[in-house]
Amino acid sequence: MKKNILLTTVAAVVLLFGMNSCGNKEENNTSEATTVAPAANPSAGGGAASVKDDDSQPNIVKVASGSKDHTTLVAAVKAAELVDVLAQSGPYTVFAPTNAAFDLLPKGTVEGLLKPEKKADLQNILQYHVTTSMYSESMFRDGLKLGMANGGSVVISKKDGKLMVNDANIVGHVAASNGIIYIIDKVLLPTQ
Amino acid sequence: MKHTTKITSLFKRGILGSLLLTTIVVGCKHSGKNTAVIGDDAASKVYVAPGKYDDFYLFTSGGFSGQMGVYGLPSGRLFKVIPIFSQNAENGWGYSEETKPMLQTSHGFVPWGDSHHPQLSRVDGMYDGRWIFINENNTPRIARLDLKSFTTSEIIEIPNCAGNHSSPYCTENTEYLIAGGRFSIPVPNKDVPISTYKENFKGVLSLVKVGPTDGKLDLAVQIVLPPFDYDKVRGGKGPSKDWFFVTCYNSEKANTMLEVNASQNDKDFVLAVNWKKAIEYLNAGKAKEMNTPYCHNKMDESTQTATSETLKSEKMLDPKDCPGMLYYMPCPKSPHGCDVSPDGEYITASGKLAAMIPVFSYSKMAKAIESKTFDGDVEGIPILKYDAVIAGVVQKPGLGPLHTEFDDKGYAYTSMFLSSEIVKWKLGTWEVVDRIPVYYSIGHLCVPGGDTKKPYGKYVIALDKITKDRYLPTGPEECQSAQLIDISGEKMKMILDFPTIGEPHYAQAIAADMLTKNNQKIYKLEDNKNPNAIKSEAESKVVRKGNEVHIYMSCIRSHFAPDNIEGIKLGDVVYFHLTNLEQDWDVPHGFAVKGNNNSELLVMPGETRTLKWVPDEVGIVPFYCSDFCSALHQEMQGYIRVSDKNSKVELKWSLNEQK
Repeated sequence: MKKNILLTTVAAVVLLFGMNSCGNKEENNTSEATTVAPAANPSAGGGAASVKDDDSQPNIVKVASGSKDHTTLVAAVKAAELVDVLAQSGPYTVFAPTNAAFDLLPKGTVEGLLKPEKKADLQNILQYHVTTSMYSESMFRDGLKLGMANGGSVVISKKDGKLMVNDANIVGHVAASNGIIYIIDKVLLPTQ
Repeated sequence: MKHTTKITSLFKRGILGSLLLTTIVVGCKHSGKNTAVIGDDAASKVYVAPGKYDDFYLFTSGGFSGQMGVYGLPSGRLFKVIPIFSQNAENGWGYSEETKPMLQTSHGFVPWGDSHHPQLSRVDGMYDGRWIFINENNTPRIARLDLKSFTTSEIIEIPNCAGNHSSPYCTENTEYLIAGGRFSIPVPNKDVPISTYKENFKGVLSLVKVGPTDGKLDLAVQIVLPPFDYDKVRGGKGPSKDWFFVTCYNSEKANTMLEVNASQNDKDFVLAVNWKKAIEYLNAGKAKEMNTPYCHNKMDESTQTATSETLKSEKMLDPKDCPGMLYYMPCPKSPHGCDVSPDGEYITASGKLAAMIPVFSYSKMAKAIESKTFDGDVEGIPILKYDAVIAGVVQKPGLGPLHTEFDDKGYAYTSMFLSSEIVKWKLGTWEVVDRIPVYYSIGHLCVPGGDTKKPYGKYVIALDKITKDRYLPTGPEECQSAQLIDISGEKMKMILDFPTIGEPHYAQAIAADMLTKNNQKIYKLEDNKNPNAIKSEAESKVVRKGNEVHIYMSCIRSHFAPDNIEGIKLGDVVYFHLTNLEQDWDVPHGFAVKGNNNSELLVMPGETRTLKWVPDEVGIVPFYCSDFCSALHQEMQGYIRVSDKNSKVELKWSLNEQK
């Protein structure tokens, strides 16, 4: 009986302590888990992107986050709640527009898309930059059609050593643990 | 304030305190993620008090282990791993002479298999608790397991098939199982350039008849098909009970780098197979004879001994001769999952690469067939017009939709591989009503009874492909993982993670009392017709037949009879025929011989098992009981004297012989 009381007391103390330390997260996640969003992973902070692992090759999220030229893309991926998706096993091929590529869009476009009410549009655009399978450069042939995560498709062109996806130039690539990132100079816009 | 209330109410439940404590402490220690989706009273929902039974049996495939796991729900406790397609040194499955024939194939003895889809037998679309079937992918086979003894009763090889993945789903009354291949190959197999895939390769679907009373399997008929990859299948029910629905990807007919080349077409297919028509065509003599050898292995219940028979005749139907038997329905983007709603009206088919879940209507399909609303054909098999068969579309449900199961309230649950979540949507309105993240990369999912006419509902089990950081880490190879989610309310609530064996590829769950009432506790000694059985210690003996020595041995708490054996010589091949004389529940005996290049044996009460041993050195060799059986288990042992090849030591055996 004494033991039981002791256990209960300790339990209560630890519980309270535990809740203080992660109370915020719990609230955030509860609200997100109960929201019916149109797509993607609602578990910000608890999904694949939060796996602590400094030994493996960096995944797409970590590689992109480390690039100074892709801060707009990274912000957009966060706003669209695609961070955990891109940290999953994939494998993915991601076409990653640079900050300069986003700057080519009409003024105010990016800011507009980052608004919460535009999340579905943003997701549609970003998912148009992602496909499953890891396409190495040698797998790209002229005219190859790739089905993208949003349901649309892009076309690869390969002429005179110049590689393009739709009307964007592919200017380089970076390997990641769960796929490959092709850096592009234009944002790909899905056709409706 | 809210939290305090919660704690008080939980602690009122007394014993739950410490369990809850563990959950929450772990949750907070580790980035707080568990608290994200765990239901408020998760602990009480999964807690099964010591000595109490779970509500459900959960049967998970062992994936690359080749076996099947038996768990309890909601506790997630593992009860048993039933050996099926892989040798199991732990109990002698595939090592003992009685069980070795079960792993025989047309390629000889195959010690390993890849088991994917458990399928419970059923009557009128409801589980009957008699058998569970499971496919083997790699060397195509189907096994039937008996749910009284939880053992493998029968394994049949599927000829002319490769990658037996769309298997072994059954019809509404378990009349037939279907088996199809994810690989097309030449049929019959022959030496051709791989680049002639389009001309020379074929898909094959098989219908395996199930004996209505004894469950015995019999390859009834096969159907030759265009060279697509036939991935997943479900039997219809109710109005659609005469049909199977099979997803097909690689309609591009690619034979290399499928990850690119099989993803080019915007639509692949769901193949609708009228199995009743196939049987009619078979009976009408439309099938052609083929002669690819295949093995049929059966465990005889009375002799407890398996036999393997090689058969060389199968009947092959060509769709050209069988109008009305097959129809293709166009389906977006390499569909994998294929599932049928409880009322048999809706067929869902999801492709990992599709941004939607198409739902086909059986009644519309029937009308389209009647009105011949076709959109071309594939090698003479009509393609039904997409718009004429589609009932609705779940738009943008998530990324990478795979498999769907159904509850008892008109909802469907679809697994999303890429976005790693389960999405709940409503049949008829196709609207997404809830979603829950799972950890990580879910493949199949299981609602208890989720493929029957009346699902139990209550839970959905996520069968995950990646585990990463969910448990205490164990090196590069982490455990496999399943997650239990409560679906009794409006919102899904995750209530338990539990590790599983192999890859928990798919699972089915059945109410516990359906099986507990028939559970077999012992094998009756008087019914043991194993030719090498002995029914008492007095019958124990050692018999030499040339260089073969047969030791007819019994065991009972806590000795073997005989336990001293002399006169074994180098060059002999020794067979221990061990009968367990116990007639008491849960008293198996083990048997292990020093240096044996073989497994141990576990022998159930009333059972006889035979272990082969080839002695390799002169001297004394001990043997003992390896399953802790009794207070004097450690005393349960014996000696064998091994003499030189030319020794004159006489064959002699004894128990308790005093000098």
